[in-house]
Amino acid sequence: MGAATPLGHGDGAKRPMATMAGMSVVTQRAGHLEAGSPTGIIHTEALTKVYPRADFAAVDHLDLDVRAGEIFGLLGPNGAGKTTTAGILTTRVVPTSGRAFVGGIDVAAHPALAKQLSGIVSQQNTLDRQLTVWENLYFHGRLFGMGAATSRRIATELLEQFQLDRWAKASVYALSGGMAQRLMVARAIFHRPAVLFLDEPTAGLDPQSRLALWEILQRLNAEGQTILLTTHYMEEADKLCDRVAIMDHGRILALDTPADLKRALGTDTIATVRAVGDLDALSEVLTREVEGVTRARVSEGAVQLQFSGRHRVVPDIVLAADRHGFDLIDVSVAEPTLETVFISLTGRELRD
Amino acid sequence: MAVVTTEETGSTAARHIEVHLRPVVAASYTALGALLLRDLRVLWKDKWIFVTRTLIQPFLLCFVFLYVFPKIGQGVGGHGPGGESAFATVLVPGVVGISIMFQGVQSIALNMAQEFGFTREIEDRVQAPCPIWLVALAKVLSGAAQGVISAAIVLPIADVVHAAGVHAHLDLHWWVVLTMVPAACIAMASLGLVLGTSFQPRNIGLMFGFIILPITFLGGTYYSWTTLAPVKIGGFSWLQTLVLLNPLIYVNEGMRAAFTSFDHMHLYVVYPVVIGFAAVLLALGLRNFRRRVLS
Repeated sequence: MGAATPLGHGDGAKRPMATMAGMSVVTQRAGHLEAGSPTGIIHTEALTKVYPRADFAAVDHLDLDVRAGEIFGLLGPNGAGKTTTAGILTTRVVPTSGRAFVGGIDVAAHPALAKQLSGIVSQQNTLDRQLTVWENLYFHGRLFGMGAATSRRIATELLEQFQLDRWAKASVYALSGGMAQRLMVARAIFHRPAVLFLDEPTAGLDPQSRLALWEILQRLNAEGQTILLTTHYMEEADKLCDRVAIMDHGRILALDTPADLKRALGTDTIATVRAVGDLDALSEVLTREVEGVTRARVSEGAVQLQFSGRHRVVPDIVLAADRHGFDLIDVSVAEPTLETVFISLTGRELRD
Repeated sequence: MAVVTTEETGSTAARHIEVHLRPVVAASYTALGALLLRDLRVLWKDKWIFVTRTLIQPFLLCFVFLYVFPKIGQGVGGHGPGGESAFATVLVPGVVGISIMFQGVQSIALNMAQEFGFTREIEDRVQAPCPIWLVALAKVLSGAAQGVISAAIVLPIADVVHAAGVHAHLDLHWWVVLTMVPAACIAMASLGLVLGTSFQPRNIGLMFGFIILPITFLGGTYYSWTTLAPVKIGGFSWLQTLVLLNPLIYVNEGMRAAFTSFDHMHLYVVYPVVIGFAAVLLALGLRNFRRRVLS
């Protein structure tokens, strides 16, 4: 796993243990150390969740390591197990078997302790409707054990930083969707969590708010914040994440940087050819006569061709189609995306 | 507070993480304080709504039964100020008891059904760095505190709202007041927790129809339990036996013992049963809460 985080090694591990004096976690954690496994700030071992009355595993023997300081994405369609995985890590879902650690703390065994380490932005707006914008932050600080003066100061600073200071005294009902989301991020990082969890953070946001949120997350990450997010937007995973785990049916199908995931396809170029007539025949012709086709499939009224080692493929496609009398409507060329990776792994579209 | 400091170590870019954790007990203690502080803040913001909401029902009960009825010669408790005053003495503690119950329902059951439902606020609240049950317990404590406040502002109502000549004979037994009122408030707040965690928001109407109404009408607000014996089938005082299932009966009898010298159920029955209801309802509510939150 490359440069894994030496969490719980050497001197660094002894101090936190001392601050947890008297807790059973210490022995639990020491035991974990003896195994000698260099693990990430998030670490799971054969993590499995079978919901009651379900005959399949929502999360199926998941082994995951997230490094400190990275933005890690769980990408997959609805029902892939992303939200369940995040739910276990944030102590809301009780795993059926396997183990999960955040910052070295076993989240199932010590949920109250693990919650100190997590900041959470959920899919829905969970702001306190009876408090003002500023009070939402202030009471979060108090909840996490900060004094009144400190909470007051940080609440005011964060509102400025997130450009919400104009709304400090407003009811949270007055906030737009994008602003409410920003406030939830500000609240989640208030207590400086080891990991910031975001579950489908931009679902339902307008494009402008989505971009603004991406910028915020990148800035936080630049300051060292580890972020785990779930998403079914391939673009979001591609643009934002250092590493992406592609999930389906509770399992990880592939895990790497977006660039390496795409590189592993062995595809540089994707051509989408729309034409009149027998598309299967066209697909066969193009595969045979155009150089470098690694994969072809017919979907949604078009032939999709993947190429390896080629970039300027349009003239060849047009000539080959012309030779066999096909009437082309449109030829477009693109680089592979994580969607392409998902399709080649599962044979399905991401948004099925 | 968890503070993670990261430092780059040379070209490997490996990061050392220091995770400073506070012991769960200390973190839970401050979290409980913050949860209560938050509820107090909201209560202060809504103080006039709270007072109005608390007083409206007791006011109407006293107005109809102790003012209008005697005025139109329909007084309850027999004709003349003597009988009507005796009824007032029964009714006033009952009005305090029912107010305590409604406080539990309103401050906990209705809020919680909403927070579990469309506002989803509970999702954030349970991320507090403490055990999940403590979040529910904080709700019960602040709900019970609101019950105590409402008991204190409801009692004087009876002294103000009545027809001439109709007087409730109040006689405060302070030891009973100071112990029974808090115990009753915790029991009723726990009832609110059970209801709030058992009913989906869309079924709140059902909760009022099937649970709240029977509890209030058969809870000994308008009559004392000791006087129910004549309601018989054959030789069996069936109503007096049946209402023993109702927690409000004990609360109201406790209020009668606290605020009047009227006949009431023996205190050595009332205390253990009120405390027992509090313990059972609280345990059930905390279990329900945990189940609703975790999956």
